[in-house]
Amino acid sequence: MSDALVTVTIDGIEVQVPRGTPLIEAAKQAGILVPHYCYHPSLPAPAVCRMCLVEVEKAPKLLPACVTTVTDGQVVHVNSDAALKARESVLEFLLINHPLDCPICDQAGECELQDYVFQEGRAATRYADYAKRFNPVEDFGPDVLYIPNRCILCTRCVRFMEAVAEDPVLNVSERGDRSYIGIFPDAVLDHEWAGNVVDLCPVGSLVSKDFLHKARAWDLDRTASICPGCSQGCNMTIDTRDNVVVRLRPRPNMDVNRHFMCDTGRQDYRWMNRGDRIEAPLIRAGDKLQAVDWASALDRLADTLRGADGKAVILASARASTESLGMTHRLLDGFELTAAVRVPTGHEAPLASIPNLALREERTPNVAGAELTGYTRAWDEALDQAVSAQVVVVLDEELAPDEFDRVRTAGTVVVLGTVDHPAYQAADIVLPIATMAEEHGSYVNRDGRAQVYRQAKASPGMARPAWWVAAEAAGRLAEGRAVPATAGDAIVMLGQSIPALAGLTYQSMGFTGRPVASAAASGVES
Amino acid sequence: MGYPYPPDEKETVVLSQYFGDEGARSYQGWVKRGGYQALEAALAMEPGAVTDVVKASGLRGRGGAGFPTGLKWSFMPKDSGKDHYLVCNADESEPGTFKDREIMRWTPHGLIEGCAIAAYAIGAECCYVYIRGEFTEPLAIMAKAVAEAYANGVLGEKLLGTGPRLEMIIHRGAGAYICGEETGLMNSLEGRRGNPRIKPPFPAQAGVFGLPTTVNNVETLAAVPHIINRGADWYQGICLGNEKSTGTKLYSVCGHVQKPGNYELAMGTPLEELIFDMAGGMPPGRTLKAVIPGGSSVPIMDAEDVKGCLLDYEGVVERGSMLGSGGVIVMDDSTDMVYQIYRLTRFYAHESCAQCTQCREGTAWTVKILERILGGHGKESDLDLLLDLADNMTGTTICVLSDSCAAPVVSGIAKFRSEFDAYLSGARPPALAAH
Ligand SMILES: Cc1cc2nc3c(=O)[nH]c(=O)nc-3n(C[C@H](O)[C@H](O)[C@H](O)COP(=O)(O)O)c2cc1C
Ligand code: SF4
Ligand code: SF4
Ligand code: FES
Repeated sequence: MSDALVTVTIDGIEVQVPRGTPLIEAAKQAGILVPHYCYHPSLPAPAVCRMCLVEVEKAPKLLPACVTTVTDGQVVHVNSDAALKARESVLEFLLINHPLDCPICDQAGECELQDYVFQEGRAATRYADYAKRFNPVEDFGPDVLYIPNRCILCTRCVRFMEAVAEDPVLNVSERGDRSYIGIFPDAVLDHEWAGNVVDLCPVGSLVSKDFLHKARAWDLDRTASICPGCSQGCNMTIDTRDNVVVRLRPRPNMDVNRHFMCDTGRQDYRWMNRGDRIEAPLIRAGDKLQAVDWASALDRLADTLRGADGKAVILASARASTESLGMTHRLLDGFELTAAVRVPTGHEAPLASIPNLALREERTPNVAGAELTGYTRAWDEALDQAVSAQVVVVLDEELAPDEFDRVRTAGTVVVLGTVDHPAYQAADIVLPIATMAEEHGSYVNRDGRAQVYRQAKASPGMARPAWWVAAEAAGRLAEGRAVPATAGDAIVMLGQSIPALAGLTYQSMGFTGRPVASAAASGVES
Repeated sequence: MGYPYPPDEKETVVLSQYFGDEGARSYQGWVKRGGYQALEAALAMEPGAVTDVVKASGLRGRGGAGFPTGLKWSFMPKDSGKDHYLVCNADESEPGTFKDREIMRWTPHGLIEGCAIAAYAIGAECCYVYIRGEFTEPLAIMAKAVAEAYANGVLGEKLLGTGPRLEMIIHRGAGAYICGEETGLMNSLEGRRGNPRIKPPFPAQAGVFGLPTTVNNVETLAAVPHIINRGADWYQGICLGNEKSTGTKLYSVCGHVQKPGNYELAMGTPLEELIFDMAGGMPPGRTLKAVIPGGSSVPIMDAEDVKGCLLDYEGVVERGSMLGSGGVIVMDDSTDMVYQIYRLTRFYAHESCAQCTQCREGTAWTVKILERILGGHGKESDLDLLLDLADNMTGTTICVLSDSCAAPVVSGIAKFRSEFDAYLSGARPPALAAH
C-alpha cells in the first residue's frame, strides 16, 4: 500500500495519492482546484494553456500541474506569489483578444474564463488602444457553431475529435496570434458524439445551435438525471428554465459515460415539454370518459380489479422506472399475468476510444429493470394475449391505432399515460402519469447498474408517478398492504420480494448508481 | 575557413576545410579526401566505445543548447527491443545562422558519415535528415550524396558492406522555424502540426513515432568523423578557454562587418578577434554598438560586453548572453536598436506555434507595443509593460521560443534604454508610420 501511495503537501494540506497522479488531481483531493483550461480528465493532456502553473519546491521553474506527476514528499504551492502572477498573466493574455461579449454569450455564468478572471485576474487591462483579433463565425456542423473571437485555443475540441471520437475533423489553423480552430475542407462536425465539444469548450466559443440564446445560465435549474435514450444509461443533467426543459448535458460518471453523451440522447428532450397531456384521471361513464378526482379513479380501478380474475396483460414501456414497472406488476399479481415491454431499436454508435460506451441498439433505458421486475420482450405474444384478457394495463407506452383496436376487445382497458390520444376514448380508465422528467425513479442499464434520476420539473395537472398510482390501487385492493410514500420507499419495497433488487436504496445508488445484486457490472473501463 | 573568404590564420579549420571545394561533394571526391575512413574505424569498435570516444572528446550540441553529445547518446536505451531513430536537425532557421547550410553544400558526405557513425553508436537503423524547406540547393546536394552513398554500398542493408542496416531519409520541412525545435521536428516528421511536445518523455524514451530517438544538429554530427579519425584527445585539446568547451565551432558572422561569412574557431577564441580581425570589423568610420552572438534567440551584448569575451559556452554566458547556434549578428553605431529589436520580435510572433498562451499572445502584443513606440505614440509606461510581459513569457512555456522573444527586449531595454526614451519623448522622429 505505502509503495503505491505517495504523500504530497499542497498549500499546507497533506494528501496521499497513488504514484503517477497528476498534481492537479492530487490538489482536488486536498480540496484545491488548480485553475486550468486545456486539461480535462477525459482527454490527453498537452499542457498548452499554461494556466495551471504551480510552484513546486526545489523545481527551478513553475510547473504545469496537469502533467506534473506527484513525487513523494513534494511540497506544492498553488497560491504562491509566483504562481498567482503567472496565472494572472495567462488570464491577461487570454483576454487581450477576447471580445468580452458576455452579455450575449451563451456561456456567461458557466464560463471558466469569467470564473478565473473573477477569481484571480487583473482588475483592468493593459492592452489599450489595439484592435482585437477578428474572425467570422463558422458553421461547423448540424448543431455546432464556432465563434472564433471567444476561443482561447485550449484545443479540447480538437483533442476530443482526434483522440476520443477518432474522427479528426478539427485542427488548429495558422500560427501565432492568428491561430484559430479550423475544420478540414469538406469535413463536417457531424459525428454522433460531436455535441460533447460544446460542453468541453471552457468558454462560449463552441455553442449549440439548439440552445443558442435560449436561456442565461443563471436562470437554469439543473437536475441530475439519466438519459432515457438507450440502454447505456448515460448520466445527464436536465436543465430547465421555468419548468421547461431547455437542454440535456452529460454528467460525469467514470463507470458509465465518463464525461460524455451522444447527440441522439442529447437532442431528444422536446417530448418532455409537450403540452397535449392527460391532466386528470378519466373513468368511463356510459359512452364517455369523465374527469374525476384521484380517489374516485383509484376506487374505480380497485373495484374493477377486485371483480375480475383470469388473464391480465401489462403492455409497458421500458422507459418506465423500475419502481413503476415493479409496482404495476405487483398490482396484478393475483392474475394469470403476461407482462411485456416494447423495445424500439436503432443503430449502434460507439464512442471510439472508450470501451463499453455507445448509443445502444436498444433505445429504451430500462430493459434490464423491466426484466428484473417480471417483464419479457415478447411484445407481440403479449398483444395476442391481451385480445382475450380480463384486464389490460397500458403503462406509459403509446399503442399504434391498430394495436389499440385489438386491445379494446379485452374486459377492461386501463391506460397509465402521459400524452393524450384519441384512441384512449375507447379505454375504461385513463390515468395521467408523470414523465421521467417529472418524477424520481431509477433505471437498470444494460450492465446491471441501477441509477437514480431525479425530478426536474413539475408534472402537469393531476399527473402522478405511475408507481404511486399502482401502489395506491394495490393498497385499496388488499387491506393493510403498505403503500410507499416515495419512489425510494417503492424500490426498497420491491427489493423485499425481488432478490435482484434486494438492498437497493436511493442512498446506496447515490449520484452514480450501483450494480444490482445479480449483475456483475462491467461498466466503462476507466 | 572564412568562406567565402580564404581561411584566416586565426581559424582552426576542420569542418570547413573543403568549403568552396566542389570536388569534395561527390562520393569519389570525398573518399579521395579521406572520407568514410572514420565510419570504417567506428564499425570496428563496439557501439558503446564509439559513444565513449565522443563523450571523452567533450563535443557539445551545436544546435543551440550545448548539451554534451556523448551523454545524449548514452541516454538511448540498450536492448530495448525497439527500433531506434537518429534525426539530423538540418532545419537551420535561426536568424543570423547559416553554417549548417554550408556543411551540407560542400561536404554532404561528411555529414552522412557523421550520421552513420552516430546511428551505429545509438543502434538506429533509420536516420532522418530534416532539411529546412527553403534550402533548395543544399537539399539537392544532400539528396544526390545520399543516393551516391546507397549506390556505393555505404548506406542500406549493411553499412559499408559489413555493418548493420542504415536507411537514410531526407525530409523536407515546410518553412516553419518551430520545426527546428527537436520535438516540434518530430511531430512534423510524423505528419502532424509541428508543435513542440512536453518533456518528459524525452526523445530518448519516446521520440519519433513514440520510439527512442536522438536528435543532433548538422554541425554536431559533422564533427563526429573528425573525432573518430583523430581521437578524443585531439578534439579535447582544441580549447583556448573553459575546459568544458572543446573543439571547433562555426560562426556565421553577419551584419555590419566587412567580410561576413562562416568562420571556424577553436573554442575560447576572443569574440573581438572574430569580429575585428577575421570578419574585417565595421565599415570605415563606424564603431561597434551591439552583438547578438548566438543567433537571434540570445540576449544582446553591447560593445562593453564584447570586450574580452571568449567565445565558448561559458565565456559568453559570463557576459550575459549565450553561444547558441553561433550566428553572430554585428551592429554598428548606425543601428536603430529599437527597430532591430522590433524586427526580432516580429519574427518570433510570426513563428510562434501558438500552443502556449504566453507565447501566442505575448509575442504579438510585444510587437504591437514596439510598433507603437516606433510610430511615435509610445507611452511612458510601455517599457515597464514590455519588461513585465517579457517576465511573464520567460520560463513559463513548453519550448523556449517565448523566452527567445523576451530576451532581446529585456537586454535591449537594459542596454539601450536611451534609444527607447528618444522615441518616447519625441526626440527621435517616428520610424514607422502610425497605426
Ligand atoms: C525554437 C527552437 C528552434 C530550434 N531550431 C533549431 C534548428 O534549426 N536547428 C538545430 O539544430 N537545432 C534547433 N533547435 C535546438 C533543438 O531543439 C535541439 O536542441 C538540437 O537540434 C539538438 O542537437 P544538438 O544537441 O546537436 O545541438 C531549436 C530549438 C528551439 C527551441
Ligand atoms: S473552441 Fe473552445 S474547446 Fe476549442 S480550442 Fe477554442 S476554447 Fe478550446
Ligand atoms: S513557447 Fe511558443 S513556440 Fe514554443 S511551444 Fe509554446 S507556443 Fe509553441
Ligand atoms: S491545464 Fe495545465 S497547461 Fe493547460
